[in-house]
Amino acid sequence: MNYELIGITVLWIFLYGYLIVASIDFGAGFFAYYAKLTKKDHIINQLISRYLSPVWEVTNVFFVFFFVGLVGFFPDMAYYFGQSLLVPGSIAIVLLAIRGSFYAFENYGSKDNHLYMFLYGATGLLIPASLSTALTISEGGFIEETANGVQLLYGKLLTSPYSWSVVFLAVVSVLYISSMFLTYYANRAGDKPALELVRKYALFWSSPTIIASLTTFIALSQQNLEHYQRAIELWWVFGISVGFFLIAVFLIYIGKYYGWAFIAVMFQFLFAFFGYGASHLPYLLRPFVTLSSGVTNETMAISLIIAFIAGLFLLIPSLVLLMRMFLFDADYVKGKK
Amino acid sequence: MFEYDSVVMSRMLTSLTLAFHIIFATIGVGVPVMISIAEFIGIKKKDPHYTLLARRWTRGFTITVAVGVVTGTAIGLQLSLLWPSFMQIAGNVISLPLFLETFAFFFEAIFLGVYLYTWDRFKNPIFHWLLSLPVIIGSTMSAFFITTVNAFMNTPQGFDLEGRVITSIEPLAAMFNPATPTKVFHVISSSYMTSAAILATITAFIILMKKGSKYHKKALKLTVVATFIFSIMTALAGDLSAKFLAEHQPEKLAAGEWHFETEEGADLILFGTINENNEVENAIRIPKALSFLAHGDFNAEVTGLEETPEEERPPLWIHYMFDLMVGIGFFTLGITFLYLVFWKVKKWNEYNPLLLWGIASIGPLSMLAIEFGWIFAEVGRQPWILRGYMKVSEGATTSPHVDWMFVLFIALYTVLAIGCITVLRKMFKNNPAELELESRYPQVAATKEDD
Repeated sequence: MNYELIGITVLWIFLYGYLIVASIDFGAGFFAYYAKLTKKDHIINQLISRYLSPVWEVTNVFFVFFFVGLVGFFPDMAYYFGQSLLVPGSIAIVLLAIRGSFYAFENYGSKDNHLYMFLYGATGLLIPASLSTALTISEGGFIEETANGVQLLYGKLLTSPYSWSVVFLAVVSVLYISSMFLTYYANRAGDKPALELVRKYALFWSSPTIIASLTTFIALSQQNLEHYQRAIELWWVFGISVGFFLIAVFLIYIGKYYGWAFIAVMFQFLFAFFGYGASHLPYLLRPFVTLSSGVTNETMAISLIIAFIAGLFLLIPSLVLLMRMFLFDADYVKGKK
Repeated sequence: MFEYDSVVMSRMLTSLTLAFHIIFATIGVGVPVMISIAEFIGIKKKDPHYTLLARRWTRGFTITVAVGVVTGTAIGLQLSLLWPSFMQIAGNVISLPLFLETFAFFFEAIFLGVYLYTWDRFKNPIFHWLLSLPVIIGSTMSAFFITTVNAFMNTPQGFDLEGRVITSIEPLAAMFNPATPTKVFHVISSSYMTSAAILATITAFIILMKKGSKYHKKALKLTVVATFIFSIMTALAGDLSAKFLAEHQPEKLAAGEWHFETEEGADLILFGTINENNEVENAIRIPKALSFLAHGDFNAEVTGLEETPEEERPPLWIHYMFDLMVGIGFFTLGITFLYLVFWKVKKWNEYNPLLLWGIASIGPLSMLAIEFGWIFAEVGRQPWILRGYMKVSEGATTSPHVDWMFVLFIALYTVLAIGCITVLRKMFKNNPAELELESRYPQVAATKEDD
């Protein structure tokens, strides 16, 4: 395995990590607001804040890690994405900033403010939508390089069926992943009413998720035939993903083994995400940057990989500690600590 | 009239974000140290006053951390959004410290979460205190790594540039460039100092307003002593930085000091104004002090600004930034020293209102000094973004929308600032220390408060 492939794999793992942890967070925001609207907030808000409080900052770091790593391993991406994404990128920053800080304000400061809850819920859906734009653009055809620099073609982006199906997929997956996790967490906490509520959410959001996956696939064939064909060659990867989806929904439906159900969800997205990523190659940003053209100098790539391995020795034990204390400590989850 | 210029707008937006982020970043680096010290004293002396101090600081700290995290994310992304050409070139060389910075940040984020939610979870409180150490390591290490990036932009090394192609990269040489030691030392010591000073300000202010209790008096002693120690460190770091500038970036020191002609035994110019002919007026001159500041020798030769080609000179107004930063530094050192004298000399009262007002001023002033210092450091390397390699104008985005983004971010930072202040006020106003002491440690609160 050459170092650029190691580099992109590392980054893809972090983006996948962000996909899971951020989805839980973003979806929770939406559910918290929805529960408030339907006067069911007393049932699940306690649960949500007990999970999210200690981990929200960590969620954010996954994202920072991804884009710093991307610029580090592939500095050319900084040029093309930086030039073209100023406006959507800035909007995403503002949404993330409002969400992150307001979450802390509301949680540690004044509680139960209606506007806070609304912003918290709304940004939970807008952020995945705006971040998914970057993935859409990487398919090619949305930016052009002129004498005045690189420009994003807003008209094309906003009228593309592919771009909208990606946005739709991002939003429903967030709600699906989040409700699946909350179901598991509510069960751990032995909180029956919350469990019933979020279990319903989970079953509800499963069908749009699988439908959106299919429509995105179809839209991809219109947008980028080459990518679509490479994805078809990897059909078995996506097949495994669908298999895990069925397992997850089945377990939730029969109301048993919620932990295994969430693990199945994680595998469902792992396979889908890596299938998507693998078929995306060799292009990182079509047609400007490929895996080998955009990679940083070899010396730097090697030192980044060394730094990454050293960092993992620090991170993995710390993450395990965090999870043991807050995620898998039954007393904490139940609210006794 | 105002004409759109993406380079100017990019500079303005970057300055805006950094100026706002620096406030929270400084607090983020320094306050964990103070929290950890207070908690440790509380455990060792079995004095709940200090433990409560640590607890209350921590609670306020979480709010500032949140703003620090989100504005840090903003500047992280803006680097690529506003300076794409710069990142394309420099990204090859500075990715290692940037990457390591996120590791440090990750480490801090994990342990901060754990620290916040485990106050009453351990039988032996020392275990909880131990959790503060990784938080300090994480925040100080991230200051270290990100400062090496800035140091690299001032004294780039460890690569060859042929056109737009970078070769022969030595990542460690780039990271440990000549500017790194003094910059890191100065950034970390001044962050510790400013954070301690802010906490001292809060305490002094409460004592002034409502004659604080024993709790506040202990807090004042702790914070002022810490500020004093950290400001000595900062002064030392500043002196080393000046010596570094004299050797490696003489044009920055010369512009900051209005030192035009290379000469031996150069005078130090304090304040003053400058006319169109670059003649200094109304200034206090300290004979030969600049030579001493720059080289540790009153008769040493100091390089003047005229040695630098005119189009590569930084603007002369940075002189005021330099003087204000240094002035505030010495003022803080003086006030905290005065408090120590008043405290030790039994006849004098260290709670003299005039002295307390002095202490109340050092927090905001030190934060201003941080801003002035960064403006001096950053504007002082104009017109370069990568000194000697790339000018600022070559690194900026060509996007025509930076002006709207500037407006957007002004709005964002206004909202964040208002939110932060409102929440912090609410948090402490309705829950004064005396009340919290009573509910958490009734037996301590029951004993006589004033001695």
